[in-house]
Amino acid sequence: MTQIDYTRAVKYFLLQDVWQGFKLGMKYFFAPKATLNYPHEKGPLSPRFRGEHALRRYPNGEERCIACKLCEAVCPAQAITIDAEPREDGSRRTTRYDIDMTKCIYCGFCQEACPVDAIVEGPNFEFSTETREELFYDKDRLLSNGDRWEGEIARNLELDAPYR
Amino acid sequence: MADFFFNTNLGMLLLIIGQILLVVVPLLIALAFLMYADRKVWAAVQMRRGPNVVGAFGLLQSFADFGKYIVKEIIVPAGADKAVFFMAPMVTLVMSLIAWAVIPFNDGWVLSNINVAILYVFAVSSLEVYGVIMGGWASNSKYPFLGSLRSAAQMISYEVSIGLIIVGIIISSGSMNFSAIVEAQSGSYGLFNWFWLPHFPMLILFFISALAETNRPPFDLPEAESELVAGFQVEYSSTPFLLFMIGELVAVVLMCALITLMFFGGWLSPIPGLPDGIFWMIAKIGFVFFFFAMVKAITPRYRYDQLMRLGWKVFLPFSLIWVVFVAFAAKFGWFWGIYARWTVGG
Repeated sequence: MTQIDYTRAVKYFLLQDVWQGFKLGMKYFFAPKATLNYPHEKGPLSPRFRGEHALRRYPNGEERCIACKLCEAVCPAQAITIDAEPREDGSRRTTRYDIDMTKCIYCGFCQEACPVDAIVEGPNFEFSTETREELFYDKDRLLSNGDRWEGEIARNLELDAPYR
Repeated sequence: MADFFFNTNLGMLLLIIGQILLVVVPLLIALAFLMYADRKVWAAVQMRRGPNVVGAFGLLQSFADFGKYIVKEIIVPAGADKAVFFMAPMVTLVMSLIAWAVIPFNDGWVLSNINVAILYVFAVSSLEVYGVIMGGWASNSKYPFLGSLRSAAQMISYEVSIGLIIVGIIISSGSMNFSAIVEAQSGSYGLFNWFWLPHFPMLILFFISALAETNRPPFDLPEAESELVAGFQVEYSSTPFLLFMIGELVAVVLMCALITLMFFGGWLSPIPGLPDGIFWMIAKIGFVFFFFAMVKAITPRYRYDQLMRLGWKVFLPFSLIWVVFVAFAAKFGWFWGIYARWTVGG
């Protein structure tokens, strides 16, 4: 004769588990939603966030990049291609600065390597395109990114400066 | 004009078609919003937002899904039995829709007021299993076949206990006609006159059996996503898949309507003094559907042997004992005669 656990049997027949689950379900039913309303509402980003690349300029409009090619050398995915020539005023500048965004792994080494803070990864992560070709960024595209995001980029660099 | 509709064959035919459309069209439109409600409840329990983009608060989400389903490509597996493959979803949908012929929405608002209505519903919902079996077999694929086998065993097991629960209600009300069953629940105490009180254990049992009968979680073994991909629906796409989905949801709403009619007094008002009417029926169906949706959100899936154990070793003996109990209680008028509320015969 096996012993019958009456407490357990009563709980089983009164569906105790289900009612408990129901109570818990109703608790979360009225709890605030964890979901962000994404396109209208966005989560916070760290100042160190590594998003879409940008080439920055000095406040007088001169481009920062001096074609040292350190970023090209450090890039582990070999996504950066740079050609350089002296400009008519004698300073060395890039004639070509391409980033293949399909190769890039967003490691941030390029911005770490840059001695003049020219190439940076900005806070923008919404740059999906419909074709692959649109992701082969050239110098104009990167400079225009820099102009567009300069405010946020400058602020993020300033916020992160004490920790570098 | 009235002469044409009531005295000529064509007129009668048109009248009947009109009545059928009057039931089916609102039902299918309501279904779109119930689908939305189901997803919203599910989402809310998981602290998600659920569909909220199409239309105000995402109310039109089901219509967007509908459009997407019907413009997709229909894929037929190479080894499939084409005729049966396409018949299966239609069987599921048609079987779940024709059961609504005997469901009254208000006093006298019923397509076909037959006196064995409850048996008719029972028979039709048993036939529904054919859609699933045919779909699984005709796909000529392993997962769908396993899914349909599970479904057949499951539906047959739980129909037994559903049948016995219905017997208890029939004994109590003395009729198999839904209008008479609802009539038997009327009285001066409002919601305390309804059968949920004397038949409370059977309400729970019927609810759980209805979950199993309609393949809803926690008994969604035939379409267990994690084990069988999607069970009998694996090879279905586009409109045939849509028909399966609509058929299943219509069956769920039908079960809600059955619970409403048998245990919650159909269109009767819960508070004495308030007028009875179709709005009570709709509100009660919505209330029961909410529980269907909640159960989907809070329960994990049963294992196959647990499902069978529950069906045969718990529900069957329990409902059988209950039938015997109700029979004695009704015959000898125990508990102030609340088990014998015959409107006809007796």
